[in-house]
Amino acid sequence: MAGHIVPARTYFLVFAALVVLTAVTTAVAFVDLGPLNTVVALAIAVCKACLVVLFFMHVKYAPGLTRVVVVTGFLWLALLIGISLSDVVTRPWTPIPQGWQTSSASPSPANQP
Amino acid sequence: MATAALEPQVEFRTHYLNHAYGIKSWLLTTDHKRIALLYLASVTFFFFVGGAAAVLMRLNLLEPTGSLLEPATYNKLFSMHGIVMIFFFLAPAVPAVLGNFLIPLMIGARDVAFPRLNLLSWYIFMLGGAILMYAVIAGGVDTGWTFYTPLSTSYATGNVVAAAMGVFVSGFSSILTGLNFIVTIHKMRAPGLTWFRLPLFIWSMYATSCIFILAMPVIAITMVLLALERLFHVGIFDPSLGGDPILFQHLFWFFGHPEVYVLILPSMGVISELVPCFSKKRIFGYSFVAFSSVAIAAISFLVWGHHMFVSGQSVYAGLVFSALSFAVAIPSAIKVFNWTATMYKGSVSYSAPMLYAIGFIGLFTMGGLTGLFLASLATDVHLHDTYFVIAHFHYIMVGGAVMGYLGGIHFWWPKMTGRLYPDGWARFAAGVIFVGFNLTFFPQYVLGYLGMPRRYPVYPPEFQVLNVMSTAGASILGIGYLIPLVYLIWSMRYGPPAGQNPWGAKGLEWEKALSPPPPENFEETPVVTEEAYNYG
Ligand code: HEM
Ligand SMILES: [Cu+2]
Repeated sequence: MAGHIVPARTYFLVFAALVVLTAVTTAVAFVDLGPLNTVVALAIAVCKACLVVLFFMHVKYAPGLTRVVVVTGFLWLALLIGISLSDVVTRPWTPIPQGWQTSSASPSPANQP
Repeated sequence: MATAALEPQVEFRTHYLNHAYGIKSWLLTTDHKRIALLYLASVTFFFFVGGAAAVLMRLNLLEPTGSLLEPATYNKLFSMHGIVMIFFFLAPAVPAVLGNFLIPLMIGARDVAFPRLNLLSWYIFMLGGAILMYAVIAGGVDTGWTFYTPLSTSYATGNVVAAAMGVFVSGFSSILTGLNFIVTIHKMRAPGLTWFRLPLFIWSMYATSCIFILAMPVIAITMVLLALERLFHVGIFDPSLGGDPILFQHLFWFFGHPEVYVLILPSMGVISELVPCFSKKRIFGYSFVAFSSVAIAAISFLVWGHHMFVSGQSVYAGLVFSALSFAVAIPSAIKVFNWTATMYKGSVSYSAPMLYAIGFIGLFTMGGLTGLFLASLATDVHLHDTYFVIAHFHYIMVGGAVMGYLGGIHFWWPKMTGRLYPDGWARFAAGVIFVGFNLTFFPQYVLGYLGMPRRYPVYPPEFQVLNVMSTAGASILGIGYLIPLVYLIWSMRYGPPAGQNPWGAKGLEWEKALSPPPPENFEETPVVTEEAYNYG
């Protein structure tokens, strides 16, 4: 909080790290990693976000209560995404006996009750 | 001379109401007490706007063909009613009026932590309200307060984007208020006022503020996504653009269910103040009541899917949401039992605020228990989107939250204005409201169970008797709300002086602050040496 003075060097180092990570993201975009494409891109993005939050937003030097607030924010985001996924992921588990029918297809006799 | 002695003796003293005059002294004030009164005037306005829409709807439902209103008008009315009542009346009512007024007084502070931010919150709130009123006047909005897609993005013809922006803007007001309250409660408590000596109203305001901060950003961003899809066809919710319509319901109810607890938690806090005072007993199980507020705030974020059982949501997710919804009923029940246990063997008196409190306990219990019917998967398939749901949440939000708000206004009115209102009229009004409320909403449980869907302007003739009962109740309820409006305004000028502590209540706001309080609240910083509710 107020009182803690961060040396300018730290800011420049963090900035350099962010630039390097941006370059890595761009470079990786040219390599096809299959399903890992998104995973890698997001992992790098998360690292960058952490750097910004910890250093530029001073959370690393903040008192405990402030850190609790920050962690809670991210935890709640995780709840929102995670529990919503619990619906999206399990939706196809329910067997649909007749199969879906698109509105354009004419009803086939087999599907009539 | 003998008559002069009987006249109330009002000695002249500077207090927050008379230390400055003129419209500017109100519109530019940073005094939390004056800001509370600004909110009081604003939410009262919105309450009667939303109420007018309800009256028109009930009149339309007097007969099965609904001949009073065009169906399209009816859609606009229930949408406006819901949006106004939830976002512009009930959400700010207790926190922004009573919370603003009382938090600094209850914790022995001179003001909230950020007084200017507090005033800004009011301006943002009014801006949101103005945008909504524009949407209404410019032709209305017909999506319901839930703004479901694809209706809101592709089919609705009204001013969806304007209404959504009104909600968006007002959300920031709530976020800033929540932030202000949290910092105030952490940082500005008087010496000796430990967390477990805090009045329970403060605990409930703290829990409410946490919900504001965690839930409001989600509705704000959801409204932006909705506008993006409606205006620019960005594919977020529309399957033909690669979106998922159920995603909208997830986002909406992730905010929506915690929001409904924002509406009830503050009133629960009020009840926790009223019941010990009018039973002259310490609250039963202080820490249970305190922690149940926190538990409600936390669990309320895990149950949202119970609004989506028949939406196409996965049945497995539905199972989990159903179980968690039962869990959220536990802390609510703890509160009800503890209030009742507080009254047990207390010397209970039945002044107007206590009548509202007792009404709250009974009606909230009915609303909460019917919530369990709805949280059960199989029964909800039958009851979803029927009048049973309408009755459920009106028992909680009107029978519970509004009763608590009115009880709180009646309890702290002498502190806010320095005047007493006529107690007889107040008790009469509480009775009228209780009767009118039950006559309005109990028949709706039956109607819903019998299968009458919500949001329709017409219904089969066999439902007419119950609908007429409901409309009759609504008229009584409406009169019940007008009576306090009249005598409270009357009392501001003609009411007898209240004195510092007319109820013999505990708490810094009664024991250490004059009525009305001076601009800086306390002459000297109070020091707390005892527990809350140290009655007898
Ligand atoms: C005791 C805990 C509660 C449970 C288990 C519960 C359960 C439910 C369920 C399952 C529904 C969805 C019904 C349906 O649409 O088919 C519902 C609707 C609703 N509940 Fe509750 N509820 C509880 C407490 C509350 C509280 C405290 C409030 C408000 C202060 C509230 C306000 C609402 C509202 C506004 C709706 C309707 C939303 C809409 O579709 O417009 N509920 N409740
Ligand atoms: Cu809910």
